[in-house]
Amino acid sequence: MPNLKVKIASAEFKNPIVMASGTFGFGREYGEIYDIEKLGGISTKGLTIKKRDGNNGIRIWETPSGIMNSVGLENPGIEGFIKNELENLKKLDVTTIVNVGGATLQEYVDAVNLISKEDVDMIELNISCPNVKAGGMAFGIKEESARNIVRVIRNITSLPLVVKLSPNAEDIVRIAQVCEEEGADGVSLVNTFKAMAIDINNRKNVFENTYAGLSGPAIKPIALRMVHEVSKNVSIPVMGMGGITTWKDAIEFIMAGATCIQIGTANFMNPSAGIEILEGIKSYMDKEGIKDLSEIRGII
Amino acid sequence: MANVISNEYLGQDMHLLKIEGSFKGEMGQFYMVRAWENYPVLSRPISIHNIEEESITFLYRVVGEGTEILSNLKTSDDVKLEGPYGNGFPKVTGKVALVGGGMGVAPLYLAAKKLKQMESVEKLDVYMGFRDEAILTEEYEEYADELFININGKVTDDLDVDKYDYIFTCGPEVMMESVVNMAKGSNTKVYVSIEKRMACGVGACLVCTCKTQSGNKKTCKDGPVFLGEDVYYA
Ligand SMILES: Cc1cc2nc3c(=O)[nH]c(=O)nc-3n(C[C@H](O)[C@H](O)[C@H](O)COP(=O)(O)OP(=O)(O)OC[C@H]3O[C@@H](n4cnc5c(N)ncnc54)[C@H](O)[C@@H]3O)c2cc1C
Ligand SMILES: Cc1cc2nc3c(=O)[nH]c(=O)nc-3n(C[C@H](O)[C@H](O)[C@H](O)COP(=O)(O)O)c2cc1C
Ligand code: FES
Repeated sequence: MPNLKVKIASAEFKNPIVMASGTFGFGREYGEIYDIEKLGGISTKGLTIKKRDGNNGIRIWETPSGIMNSVGLENPGIEGFIKNELENLKKLDVTTIVNVGGATLQEYVDAVNLISKEDVDMIELNISCPNVKAGGMAFGIKEESARNIVRVIRNITSLPLVVKLSPNAEDIVRIAQVCEEEGADGVSLVNTFKAMAIDINNRKNVFENTYAGLSGPAIKPIALRMVHEVSKNVSIPVMGMGGITTWKDAIEFIMAGATCIQIGTANFMNPSAGIEILEGIKSYMDKEGIKDLSEIRGII
Repeated sequence: MANVISNEYLGQDMHLLKIEGSFKGEMGQFYMVRAWENYPVLSRPISIHNIEEESITFLYRVVGEGTEILSNLKTSDDVKLEGPYGNGFPKVTGKVALVGGGMGVAPLYLAAKKLKQMESVEKLDVYMGFRDEAILTEEYEEYADELFININGKVTDDLDVDKYDYIFTCGPEVMMESVVNMAKGSNTKVYVSIEKRMACGVGACLVCTCKTQSGNKKTCKDGPVFLGEDVYYA
């Protein structure tokens, strides 16, 4: 049996397959369809201190090999999550990652303070959401603002802290280095690419917010390049994602340096994508005689 | 994976796709249908038109890339179906009308069939509106006490809401909204089947939000069928 266990700070994953934030709810729905306890981890929908209703208008649009979404961080708020979802999530034998967003630094602080009192395995600090008007991605574009928020948050939580990076950052490698310097336990990348669609018949923008976030197979080569660049330039673990659809994609990200891989859009293409990717990785390891993923991690 | 039994062209870009297997599903529920590998990325939500012991049938209109691929399916081709998903039409008693516009008639066939089997349903009328030409009238007639067909007009013109305890409607939102408005102030309860773009189909991604008086609802999980008066129409 190959060893699939990985660790980020004190958070242990029984395998490196993590469901990406915003594509897997709080685990309930897919849990009705298949045995999600086979997965390594689940990152929750992005949570903010206050409940949010999200964006109006069209929220999803297809593009060749990708999708654009403009959900706008609709979520029940940290308290709502703790009250109605956390218990169920904790019961599952998977590593629980709470994805936290916010419009202001104070909102991030309040959210992290609240969630740090709970028994969760990891915080994923989302400074990369392109779908909210205030805050969100703004914190993840420039080095100084990223440094500031990671420093503040690191000081108030002892939970394992992974910072989720935006591919829209001015210099994603610099931002990752700053996260490491400020004591983050890892980085996850990439969030969605800021994108756009126009309805030419109505001569209007498709999304009420004009811009939306592009994900899926279309972004994979760029995401892979970014994961590679970041992995080469930090020594903290990297959770890699962006268009991972097959086990081969997953192996590419691991060879590029990822400790864990996250799966988002692929869940929509095939609800059991996570399990199939896991099985694929296992048979690949068997076939190649690989005992531990560290043998191939970052070999490129 | 399941196999296509037949994929019959009915005219006006409409097709009837019959797939082999024993499938579950209640009236108003849908499946996420996929007959391709990775592209297009998303599966397509399609209502259950009919279920028999060894088959499930979908009635669909070609409007874009996904339904175009469906229309080219041949006998014994593979189709992937995820479902049944969603909250369908409620089980009701008394006098019931089904009101469908265009492709909105699709889920009303299973509804007619199921309601007809229920002893608590005293009367079952079906109203269907089409742009050019009616389809499947004989099939719907089998279950309807009365069948009203409207071509190129307003299907709601034929409808007297006070004759019914319940109305189930599916079709263009303006049509459903006008049924809801007609029933305002009466004792008739209207249930609407809402269409929104979907990604996961199971309630995990929040792209299919329907605004209602009791807040945001997931069309795929809480719906697609909602109490008509609760919905804020676009
Ligand atoms: C619950 C539900 C039940 C449905 N039942 C039926 C049915 O029984 N028969 C039928 O013909 N159609 C039905 N539809 C509509 C059907 O899903 C769309 O016509 C179909 O997705 C169009 O795909 P396309 O690739 O051909 O079109 P494209 O325009 O190329 O699709 C592009 C994207 O937009 C989405 N989309 C486009 N139109 C719609 C729409 N009206 N509703 C939701 N998503 C849309 C597609 O899923 C796809 O993601 C239903 C929709 C929902 C939500
Ligand atoms: C519908 C949708 C909602 C998302 N919501 C969030 C979110 O709340 N927080 C977050 O950090 N990322 C969110 N993401 C981004 C994904 O977690 C992931 O970073 C991105 O989609 C790239 O991976 P993929 O190509 O595998 O989907 C969302 C993505 C999608 C498609
Ligand atoms: S389609 Fe994902 S929540 Fe409805």
